[in-house]
Order: sequence, then C-alpha cells, then structure tokens
Amino acid sequence: MAQTITIKGVTRIEGHAQITIELNDDGSVRDAQFHVTQFRGFESFVQGRPLPEMPGIMARICGICPVSHLMASSKACDDILAVELPPAAVKLRRIMNLAQLVQSHALSFFHLSSPDLIYGMDSNPASRNIFNLAASHPDFALDGIMLRKFGQEIIGLLGGKKIHPAWVVPGGVSAPLAAPHRDAILASIPEALERIGRGLDRFHAVQDNYPAEADAFANFPTMFAGLSNPDGTLEHYDGTLRFVDEHARLVAELSAPREYPQFIGEAVEDFTFLKFPYFLPRGYPGGIYRVGPLARLVIAERCGTPLADRELGLFRSRLGRAPQSSFHYHWARLIEILYGIEMIRRLLEEPDILSDHVRARARPNRFEGVGISEAPRGTLIHHYKIDRNGLMTWANMIIATGHNNLAMNRGVRQVAERFVDGRKLREGMLNRVEAVIRCFDPCLSCSTHALGTMPLRITLQGADGEVYDVLTRN
Amino acid sequence: MNGGKHATAESITLTIDQNAISCRNGLSVLEAAREHGIDIPTLCWLEGLTLWGGCRLCMVEIEGSPRLFAACATQCTEGMVIHTQSPRLHRYRRTIVEMLLAERNHVCSVCVSNGHCELQAMAQRLGVDHVHLPYRFPRLSVDNSHDFFRLDHNRCILCTRCVRVCAEIEGAHTKDVKGRGIQAAIIHDLDQPWVESQTCTSCGKCVNVCPTGALTHRGTAIGEMIKKHEFLPYLKLMREVHQ
Repeated sequence: MAQTITIKGVTRIEGHAQITIELNDDGSVRDAQFHVTQFRGFESFVQGRPLPEMPGIMARICGICPVSHLMASSKACDDILAVELPPAAVKLRRIMNLAQLVQSHALSFFHLSSPDLIYGMDSNPASRNIFNLAASHPDFALDGIMLRKFGQEIIGLLGGKKIHPAWVVPGGVSAPLAAPHRDAILASIPEALERIGRGLDRFHAVQDNYPAEADAFANFPTMFAGLSNPDGTLEHYDGTLRFVDEHARLVAELSAPREYPQFIGEAVEDFTFLKFPYFLPRGYPGGIYRVGPLARLVIAERCGTPLADRELGLFRSRLGRAPQSSFHYHWARLIEILYGIEMIRRLLEEPDILSDHVRARARPNRFEGVGISEAPRGTLIHHYKIDRNGLMTWANMIIATGHNNLAMNRGVRQVAERFVDGRKLREGMLNRVEAVIRCFDPCLSCSTHALGTMPLRITLQGADGEVYDVLTRN
Repeated sequence: MNGGKHATAESITLTIDQNAISCRNGLSVLEAAREHGIDIPTLCWLEGLTLWGGCRLCMVEIEGSPRLFAACATQCTEGMVIHTQSPRLHRYRRTIVEMLLAERNHVCSVCVSNGHCELQAMAQRLGVDHVHLPYRFPRLSVDNSHDFFRLDHNRCILCTRCVRVCAEIEGAHTKDVKGRGIQAAIIHDLDQPWVESQTCTSCGKCVNVCPTGALTHRGTAIGEMIKKHEFLPYLKLMREVHQ
C-alpha cells in the first residue's frame, strides 16, 4: 500500500519547511518533495514606497543575511539612479558583503551542519547540535562562534549595528570608515585565519567518513550560475552573471544585470511557496542550475587570494574541476570563509579606504533597475520599477534558495531513494534527507530560523489514512 | 485673590508638582512649567508657533476640577495647584501615543526618521513597549511629487505644525487639513499634488518642524532624516526686531 512520510519542520536550516516522501507498496521511494511553507509578500507591500527606502525595507526579509539584500537592493537603486559610485564606497560595500559571507558560512557550517559531520548522520539526534558540540569539541565550536563574531563585528563597525544596518544606501554608503575601526578589523584578521585553518583541518579529518553521502547528496550534473570577473577570480559583489555547464564550460553570460529575464524563467508548483527559477533557454525543468559557494568555485578560475587558492587547488585535485555532489558545498563554504578573510584584509589595506567621498547623489534617472550580488547562499537578484515620482510600482526578487529549488527537490529525492526504506524507518535515514537540504544552506524565509529546537514529527501513513509508524524528535 | 505677597499685576504664584513657583502673568501652564524646568510632554506644540492643543499629551490635573486641562492652552492663574504627573495622566498619555501609533502606519524600523523622531522618542519616554489597540493599517499615499520634499501620510499624526509654520512664519499657507476625524489629511492648496502647488515657496520649514517622518527631504534613506527646528524662535525674534 502506498505510504507518505512527512518531515514537518525541517531542522537546522534558516526558515520553515517540510519534506514529503511518498513510498511504493514495497517501501521503496516513489517521489519526494521539499515544501517551503511560509509566504512573505515583500514584492507586494513595497509598492507605493519611495525608492530610497528600498534597501532598508528589503533587508528586513532576513535577519541572517540582511547585508546581502542591502547589496542587491542598493545596486538596483544605483541602476535606477544611474550613478557611478565613489571607489571607496564600492570597497566598503564589498567588505561588508564579505563579512556577511564569513559570518553566514560560519553559521551554516559550524552551527548547523557540522554536528552531522562530527557525530555522524545516525548519531543520537538529541545531542546532534551546536550545544553538545560546545561540550565535546569546545575549541572547534568556539572557532565557529568566533568566526561568526568576526563577520558580525565588521558589519557592526561599518554599519553602526550588526543586524539590519541602514548604512548601505542608494549611491554608496552613508558614512566613511573610521581609522580606528579599520585598525580594529585588521588586528582581528590573523586570529580569524587561524580559526578557519583549524576548521578546515577538522573538516579534512571527517570528510572521508561520508562516501555514501558524497555520492548521493544531490549528486547529478547541472549547470551552475554566479557572478564572475573578467580575470577569472571569485566575485561576490559586481561582475557579470555567468552560467556554466557541468564541465564548467561557459553557456551564457549576461552583459548587464537587466538582461536576466532573458535567461531566467520562474516556474510555480502547487506544493510550495518557493518558485522554481530555471535557465530559460533550456526550458523547465531541464534548465536546472545551482548557485552558492560550490557554483562560485566552479565558475571561477581561481579565488585570487593565496591561502584560498591553495585550498582550492586541494579541492580540485581531490574532486575535479566541477564537482557535482552538493555534499561539497561544505568544503566550498570553508574555502570562501578563507577567501573572505583574506580579501577583507586586502581591501582594508587599499590607500583610499578611509576616503570620505562615499556617496554619489542623484535622482532617479530610469524607471527600472536590476541589482545582482552574491549572497552567501548564491546569486541574489532585485528588480524594481518606479513611477515618475520615484515611488515603487513593482518589484521582483529571485533569492539564492530559489535558484537551488529544483536541485534541492531532486536532491531530496535522490537521498530518499538511496537511504530511506519504508519497511524499517530510522531517524538517521530522515536526517540525511534533511542534511542534503542543509548542504544548500537554504534561507527560506529569510526571517526566522531554527536551531535544532523545532519539533520534528515524521508520520508513516497508509493511503487509507491509517498511521503505521510515528517518529518524534523534540 | 489670596492676598499673596508675591502676586503683582505682572507676576503670579502657583504650585506645579509641589513646587511653588512664580511666573509672569499670561503664561500658559506649559510655558510656566518649562520655565521652571518641569517638562510636560507635547507633540503638536512648538515654540514659535501658535498653539493648537490637538495632541492632548500635555494634559494636567488642576486641583478643584475633576476634568483634565491641556497645559499648552490653559492660562496660569494665581494660586493654581497643578499636577503634571499621576498614574491617570501616565495612562492617558500612553494611550494617546498608542492611538497615534495604531491609527496609521508607523513602522519605525524602516522609517527615514528612525532614531530622530519625536513620536518615537515620546513612545520610548512614556514606556510604550506595546500597542494594545488593533492597528488599522490604512492604505495611505505618499506625495513624492515635489522636487525636494516628500509627504508620507502614513507617518503623519496631524499635529498641524506644518500648516501653522507655513501660514504663520512663511506666510504662504500652502498646507492645510482636509476632512474630519479619521479621514483628516494634510493637503497642498486645493488638495493638489505638492509639485502643482502655486503657493509653495519650497522653503522647507514644514519639513523641519514635522515631528515624524511624514515630511522629509526627498532621497533620504532609512534613519537619515534629521530635523532642525531651532531656527523657528530665532526667526520669529528677528522678525519682531525688524518690525
């Protein structure tokens, strides 16, 4: 008899979601779906608001990655103002974006995903969390917490506060960087590099314990998308949006952000509030692509900073030029933390970084603008239209998690097929189904997040509604 | 009246919050209190403008009467015994601020006046950490038509400072109030978009006296709008000197 397993309240991710696994009569997996169960409505309620308010309002989408929305939103506003930003403003925005990258990646890896890797996928779920990690591996947990603090402190020093700083504004930033703040950040860099070095060592020690997971965690050929630099280095703030195939060969490159609707379509399915962006020329769902740290490392020829490039060399020597398993997002994330710290130092050492010319003033000079930046989770697109008075008439956002939606759904199905056996249900099987989602580090609402505290209830139900088995986790 | 030894034609004595004070005859309770360092909360009152008495935050208790009096609109009289602080007054003032917050869309976190807003500061001062009334969430417009300034009806508390400064100080009387009660709204001339006003001189006084993020400079982002209304008493004084 056909059965359905529902994982209601997927834990250790940013936001609310559930997973449904449908079983055949023999207990094998027939299908699996990833549902995002919350609806936000930002694109509607910004209508009628003045354009300069957009970065501040849009940043409220998320408490984890508000800086990413500040970047994409401000860039969309810059496009409408048609201004060229002062060089120091661009550098300061880049520093904040990288700080955001470091803190978010640290949260994703150390706080949310590492318990699976350190303790094992089948370990006791009650102890599979950051708190237990702090007890059993205090140095490792502390490194994660302090790396997150490193990023958050930089955001706070630049923007005045760590969450939702109003400092990034259309045309630049609202205040220059003070010399003592620059010096404080520079002084904290060596320690941050040590911490990520130890984190990488720990990851290398455990990464080979999961060959089955590396083989089945959303391991299929897809395209990758992300920002790119002409010189082939890693890019998170500017550059051109590029699509590459599963062999890292160029498929398409946008010459301007406003071209994205020619390349990205958005499909809607009735089982989730999250749309399914796809590469338009290849249709739906054939135009599946992935974004985020793994995609960025596939697209870039090199990182552009020495320590990160050395680690990228190791990454490629072991996994090839374009690894297809999403399990490797974890390693990519750690490499990006390393890159972020190195790059922050490089930008802070620029001679004009303390310049007080950090804002270009202009009025709207276009009715439409698009901003693209790389959030920790991947490419983030904000697209706005205004009326002749400068009031918002329309907005569209494609967030990183959306780009990965097709891949996450296919990944959930792949993991379920490999690990879930309906005849003898075990918690560890379902944890793997969640763990593949964690690889993508989805930010579902971008507003709420759970830290292993949401109750998880898995029900094994027959087609006639009879409950065969229930697993609960609190 | 009481044969008081301090009372003269020019000065009177009264008691505010157990402090015996003497002040010039003709002052309002609010002015007398502030002269003696006793702060009574206000939102619609502004030094340099005529009084309006609309916000009711300055309500005080006067012994001998069961009703409350607006301190800004009540003239001091000899021997008055006034209380500016009491549980009842606190409750009323908090309720007034809660009603202001619930009436329109005051979203501090994404307001251009965040951190520099008199309504926000008043709410903090009075300890308004919750609004116990249901928010109305009205659909109100933003007039962004003017080259320099913006009127956001969502943030307006109808204190009429802008109307008064425009009529009394600038002499243009571009702004006024239309409608009654909950339908009331600030208008320009004959309820036209601001840019079409024939009388507006674009002086910006209205923006600087506005206590909230309702009137702002165009192009300001979240938390960037800082008002300066210290010019007002100075401007008024200079005019009197030259007249």
